[in-house]
Amino acid sequence: MASDAYHESPDLLTEETRNMHRAIVSLKEELEAIDWYQQRADTCSDPQLKDVLLHNKNEEIEHATMIMEWIRRHNDHFNEMMRKYLFTEQPITAIEKGGKADGPAPSAAETLGIGSMKGK
Amino acid sequence: MSHGSVEARSAPITSAAWKQIDDEAKRVLQINLAGRKLVDFDGPHGWQYAAVNTGRLTIRTDGGLGVPWGVRDVAPLIEVRVPFELPIMELDNASRGAVLELELVVSAAEKTAHAEDNAIFNGFKAGGIEGIIPTASHPAMTIPDDYADYPSIVVDAVETLRRAGINGPYALALGPACYAGLAQAAQDGYPIRERVEHFLDGPMVLAPKVDGAVLLSHRGGDFQLSVGQDLSIGYAGHDRDKVYLYLTESFAFRVLERAAAVYLKPRRSKK
Repeated sequence: MASDAYHESPDLLTEETRNMHRAIVSLKEELEAIDWYQQRADTCSDPQLKDVLLHNKNEEIEHATMIMEWIRRHNDHFNEMMRKYLFTEQPITAIEKGGKADGPAPSAAETLGIGSMKGK
Repeated sequence: MSHGSVEARSAPITSAAWKQIDDEAKRVLQINLAGRKLVDFDGPHGWQYAAVNTGRLTIRTDGGLGVPWGVRDVAPLIEVRVPFELPIMELDNASRGAVLELELVVSAAEKTAHAEDNAIFNGFKAGGIEGIIPTASHPAMTIPDDYADYPSIVVDAVETLRRAGINGPYALALGPACYAGLAQAAQDGYPIRERVEHFLDGPMVLAPKVDGAVLLSHRGGDFQLSVGQDLSIGYAGHDRDKVYLYLTESFAFRVLERAAAVYLKPRRSKK
């Protein structure tokens, strides 16, 4: 079992939900590890060990990002929100309020979300 | 909502009406887009994406630069914009709980989908898009009049691809006449459509802009649709009576393997 953090009987859940649970639990673990490594590096008195801890923290960031990408590919709303908020330059809260996007046709800054239809 | 900008929010359209417009446009686009069901999708890369890197270089000797030089080959994206207008009075009815009359959204979505498919299947020279049918390296095969003979021509076409080293699965894009005919045809009570599907191992799709049919590989890596801004609804303006909107997208299409498709032409094809 991916974890004991199920809130409903796993038998009643769809395979899709169980996989998403695995991803979310994994992401939580990676984020927690990033936090721990950062705190340990902050307080570590040995410079070499500090470098190792920071290196390990960055590895966890890579792992977390890979899981986030998996989640994005498997959840339409995550996909929509990540496309909306990530890699933007405006104040973050202004994006929700409909801040003007760059581009030649700003009134069509977002899409209908059709994308690939291959295999669908 | 496909229109999060200041301009779109200035439109006299309630969120309830926007939702109906978006949903209807999406529904019609998804029914009519055939190419996207069959080719690789690259993107969306956003409005700023202007061209696809082909990885090739055209060597030049002119210009007197004094050193050997070349120009990188790119496939520029084309932008399409299909305008439509909606009466404000009708849009207001969404707040009253009405299902809106959105025929103009339907026709704009059909036009947009057909434009994309036309470029993918038939090419669009003015926009630098070659298209699957004009570039297919195999001789076109003529579709038999009798739908009962379809399985044999599909087998021939599959064999043609196989001999050229193109692995399956294979897909079949059928023009409206072929699609309808094949859907209805049966031999000894057994639907012809199922016999054809048996040889493909991939999908059969209705492709409104295909005259006849195209058999193509569905394995990936042979055809690529690169999208900058994916299909979106934009707001152009409004007056007292109407809101002026448009459907838009930017894209390029490349055939990466010319041997990966066979055109099945109707007996009376213009091509």
